[in-house]
Amino acid sequence: MIRNTAKKIYIALIFIFLYAPIATLIVLSFNASRTRAKWGGFTLKWYGELFQNEEIMQALFNTLFIALVASVVATIIGTIACISIMNLKRRSRTIVMGITNIPMLNADIVTGISLMLLFISMGLRFGMGTILLSHITFCIPYVILSVMPRMKQLNPHTYEAALDLGAGPVYGFFKVVFPDILPGVLSGFLMAFTMSLDDFIITHFTKGAGVDTLSTKIYTEVKKGIKPEMYALSTIIFVTVLVLLFLVNKAPSEKNKK
Amino acid sequence: MNKKKLLGTPYFIWSAIFIVVPLCMVFYYGLTDKSGAFTLENIISITTAEHSKALWLALVLSLISTLICLLLAYPLAMILCNMNVNQHSFILLIFILPMWMNFLLRTLAWQTLLEKTGVINSMLGFLHLPTLNIINTPYAIVLGMVYNFLPFMVLPIYNSLAKIDGNVINAAKDLGANGLQVFTKITLPLTIPGIISGITMVFIPALTTFVISKLLGGSKVLLIGNVVEEEFTQASNWHLGSGLSIVLMLFIIVNMVISAIFDKDGEGSVL
Repeated sequence: MIRNTAKKIYIALIFIFLYAPIATLIVLSFNASRTRAKWGGFTLKWYGELFQNEEIMQALFNTLFIALVASVVATIIGTIACISIMNLKRRSRTIVMGITNIPMLNADIVTGISLMLLFISMGLRFGMGTILLSHITFCIPYVILSVMPRMKQLNPHTYEAALDLGAGPVYGFFKVVFPDILPGVLSGFLMAFTMSLDDFIITHFTKGAGVDTLSTKIYTEVKKGIKPEMYALSTIIFVTVLVLLFLVNKAPSEKNKK
Repeated sequence: MNKKKLLGTPYFIWSAIFIVVPLCMVFYYGLTDKSGAFTLENIISITTAEHSKALWLALVLSLISTLICLLLAYPLAMILCNMNVNQHSFILLIFILPMWMNFLLRTLAWQTLLEKTGVINSMLGFLHLPTLNIINTPYAIVLGMVYNFLPFMVLPIYNSLAKIDGNVINAAKDLGANGLQVFTKITLPLTIPGIISGITMVFIPALTTFVISKLLGGSKVLLIGNVVEEEFTQASNWHLGSGLSIVLMLFIIVNMVISAIFDKDGEGSVL
C-alpha cells in the first residue's frame, strides 16, 4: 500500500516537473499584462490579435510548410532507399546504414554548421530552399530506421509470387509489399514531421535573413521579450495535439472492446 | 535484382552530398587557416583558457544532467512498465506530448518559474521557506538540460524493460533470488542497451547545447556550444568554429564506440 502510494507520488512529481512550464505558458497566454513578470488580469485578447499578427502567421505557415514538404519528400526517398538497401550486399549495407546514422548521432550544432558550410561553398542563397534541403536531410534517417524493421519482417516470397502471377514490379510493390510496411512508413513520416516542426538548431544555421520559422522567430524575440500572441499560438497547438491524441488513443481501445 | 539496387540511387547521392561532403567540409575548414594552408591551430585553440573552461563546464554540466536523468528515469520506467498494459501507449505519449510545445518556449517558461519573484519563489515565500536563487547560474542550466532531455532517457529504458520476458524474472524468484538480486542479476543487465542509448541521447545534446545555456544561464555562463555558435554567427570565424566542432565530434565518436560495444544489435534504439 505504502509502496503504491510512493510510486504514485513519484509519477505525480515527474509529471508536475514536465508539465509545469507548459501550464505556465498556458496561463501566460491569458495574461493581460504584456510582460511575463506580472499578472495583469484575465484576457482573451492575445488570441484575437494572434490572427492579425502577420509575422507570426507567416512563421507558422513556414513552419508547417517546411515540416510537411520535408517529411513527405523524406518519406518517399527513405522508403524507396529501404528497398534498395535490403538488396545490398552485407558490406555495402553496413556502410550505407552507418552514413544514415550520422545525422541522428551527430550533434545538431555540428550538422547545422556542416550544412551551412556546404551551402556557402555551393553558392546557394540562404532561405526557404536551404532550410528545406537540410530538413529533408535530417528527416530521412528517421524514415529509414522505422521502415527498415518492417522490411526485414517481410516474406520475400509473397512479392515473387505476385510477379509470377503476372503483376508488374510497381503494381506488385503497391499491392503486396506496401500494405505490410505501411505502419512503418506512417510512423517514420510522423517522426520526421515532429522533428522538423520542433527543430531550432539546424534551421538557425541554414536559414537566411527574412525567412523565419516559429522557433527562430521566438529565438530572436527572446531579447526584446516574447510577444504574448506567441503563448496563445503555442497553447492552441498544444491543445489541438492533445485532443487529437485523445481521439487516436480512444479509437483502437473501443475496437478492442467489441 | 540490379534494378532494385538502382532505386536507392537518389538517396545514396543525397546522403553523399548532404551528409558526407558537409562533414568533410567541417574537417577542411577546421584544419586550414584563412589562406587555405594546413594548420592545427584551430583545434589546439581548445587549450586556451577561455575555450577549455567552456568545454570543461559543458562536460561537467552534461555529465551531471545525464546522471540525474538516469537516476530519475530508471525508477520511473520501472513503475510505468508495471502498470496496466492497456495504458502503455498513452503513458508514453505523456512524455512525447511536451515536445509539441516549442522547446524554446518551454525552456523560457522556466525563467518565469525560477525568477527571484517568480512562481516557485512566491510559493516558497508563502510557506516561509528560504527562496531559491538559481536563475542565471549553472544550476538552472542543469535543470533545463534534465527537463529537456529526460524523455530521451525514459523511452529507451522503458523499451528495454518492456522486452524482458516475465518468465525469466519468475524463474529467478523460484530459484530463491530476492528482490535486490533479481534487479542486479536480471533486470539491470538486460536493460544495459537501453541505458547506454539513453545516456547517448542525453549526453550528446546536453554537451553541445547553446540554447539552454543562453536562455537559463544569462550571459554569464558560456558553454562550448555557445563558443562554436558565436564563431559562426557573430565572429564569422568559420575556421576556428570548425576546429572546435572537430573537438566536439571526438566526444561524439568516443560515445558512439562505447555504445557500439555495449549495444551490438541496436536493441536500445528508441524506434
